[in-house]
Amino acid sequence: MASEGDRRADPEVAARRSRLLDSLRLEAEGARGVAIALISTAVFIAAALLAVTHSPGWPEVHRVFFGWHDISSSFPEIARAFELNVKIFLVCEVFILALALLIAVLRSLSGPVFFPLRALAVIYTDLARGVPTILVIALLGFGAPALQLTGVPRSRVFWAGVALVLVYSGYVAEVYRAGIESVHPSQEAAARSLGLSRFQALRRVILPQAIRRVVPPLLNDFIGLQKDTALVGVLGVVEAFNQTQIDSSATFTYGAYLAAAALFVAITIPLARFTDWLVARDRRRRQAAGGFA
Amino acid sequence: MKTAGIAVLMLVVVALAAAACGSSKKSSSSGGGSQSSCAKSDLNLVTSGKLTVGTDNPAFPPWFGGTPKSPWKVSDPRSGQGFESAVAYAVAKQLGFSKDEVEWKHVPFTNSYAPGPKSFDFDINEISYTAARAKVVAFSDSYYDVNQSVVVNKGTPIASVTTVAGLKPYELGAQLGTTSYQLIKNTIKPSKQPSVFPQNTGAVQALKNKQIDGLVVDLPTAFYVTAVQVPNSKVLGQFPATPGGEHFGMVFQKGNSLVRCVNQALTKLRSGGTLKQLQQKWLAKATGAPTLK
Repeated sequence: MASEGDRRADPEVAARRSRLLDSLRLEAEGARGVAIALISTAVFIAAALLAVTHSPGWPEVHRVFFGWHDISSSFPEIARAFELNVKIFLVCEVFILALALLIAVLRSLSGPVFFPLRALAVIYTDLARGVPTILVIALLGFGAPALQLTGVPRSRVFWAGVALVLVYSGYVAEVYRAGIESVHPSQEAAARSLGLSRFQALRRVILPQAIRRVVPPLLNDFIGLQKDTALVGVLGVVEAFNQTQIDSSATFTYGAYLAAAALFVAITIPLARFTDWLVARDRRRRQAAGGFA
Repeated sequence: MKTAGIAVLMLVVVALAAAACGSSKKSSSSGGGSQSSCAKSDLNLVTSGKLTVGTDNPAFPPWFGGTPKSPWKVSDPRSGQGFESAVAYAVAKQLGFSKDEVEWKHVPFTNSYAPGPKSFDFDINEISYTAARAKVVAFSDSYYDVNQSVVVNKGTPIASVTTVAGLKPYELGAQLGTTSYQLIKNTIKPSKQPSVFPQNTGAVQALKNKQIDGLVVDLPTAFYVTAVQVPNSKVLGQFPATPGGEHFGMVFQKGNSLVRCVNQALTKLRSGGTLKQLQQKWLAKATGAPTLK
């Protein structure tokens, strides 16, 4: 933590610097620590680079993975295919947030009357998290249209989306549940004593606190979802990873893989930074409100 | 004298590089640079005394035949039945190996061109030669000149198409890593994004489900698809041969001196009529499909 004086002089800058130093764990060591860290980092990177570039297979790896022509020539097509990943991700996200919340609420209902609903929610989360995503996608994407029922869509992107929503709702429901259970029971008791109904207490008192607490793990799951859109390729849909493999198999080189990785990272890293920013903003607001959690 | 000295120096450098890298940098696709004899004891093998041959699992007819025995599915490469199995054993015989000295290894297509030491002496898996691919691996000479074709469901609108241009409005699919996909993209240029399936089973299922209108595959595979995999389907036609033609080659580690010996064996099998005979035996059905105009 920065000293009190610093914070008063320019709280915004000091707070930001303090967060950065915290994250690098350099604060305690001071300037000498920074110097040592820089040198050791440089030595480490140099050693790693030397080890890699002097390995026996390096010339071959360099040729097939780092061919600039392979990377740059495959990039535009992969970027176009990546559009589909982004669309799947954005649409699924909305449905996952809604379905998962419903499951989490069902699971946190108390009282013997709701046992069947609770059991259903438990079974659902177990199954959704227990079956590998790629299997669910293949089962639904090839299986559901094979029924040849009228009115059942044949679109593989549709079924892949359904599979992702089902699987990820399992994970996200558990995140919500953790949030709901972290709200002290006295909160509900207080709300009910003010005359709020059970639903109103949930809607106005518990969920707002619960969701705010689980924003980082929620976004964590969405980074995961964003990457898992690559699994849709198993259905033959040309998304980024499938396009990557097409380019790779045409030339037997892997430059396209690097191009695809760059695209995914270009989305996931800003998302991670955005999560950090949200958390920090939330912390500041709560501190401003006098420490109310 | 000076040039001789430089040549010797270069030889030493090349030898050192070869020793250090475990792979030499000869760029000739036939690997003809090495002058070692093709006697069985002189061959450059993964396991001495054995010829290790790679292919994908399941091994599909008509390329492979026989009753499947663990770990092989659908058919058994060790049976000597099916075109590619028969060719592999014929080549092995020419090189002086008995049937027992041939070992088969499961090599998924994408692993066949992965950098690093190969686990097989050669891979025989309906892999088409292209100039780009030959920069990364070594190909044997052709053991089969292949034509591409399109399979459709009987009674669907695409089933009455007779020209290549007529295929344009339909949703087509191919298997990942095949030149069939290149043909869709470069020759047919359809108005809908074609699908690419990582596995043959996925492609076949999508055709069955009518999730795609037509499946582009090599002609012998097309006849297997219509006969066994997709009931009520037919070979709509084959594509006119591309300039220079398309052929399957066995895949070797780049620079492997074994390529020259296998090519010698193939030349003998071709001039002796064995290749033609095997083709008639296993791929006889793969003729007589109408050519798309």
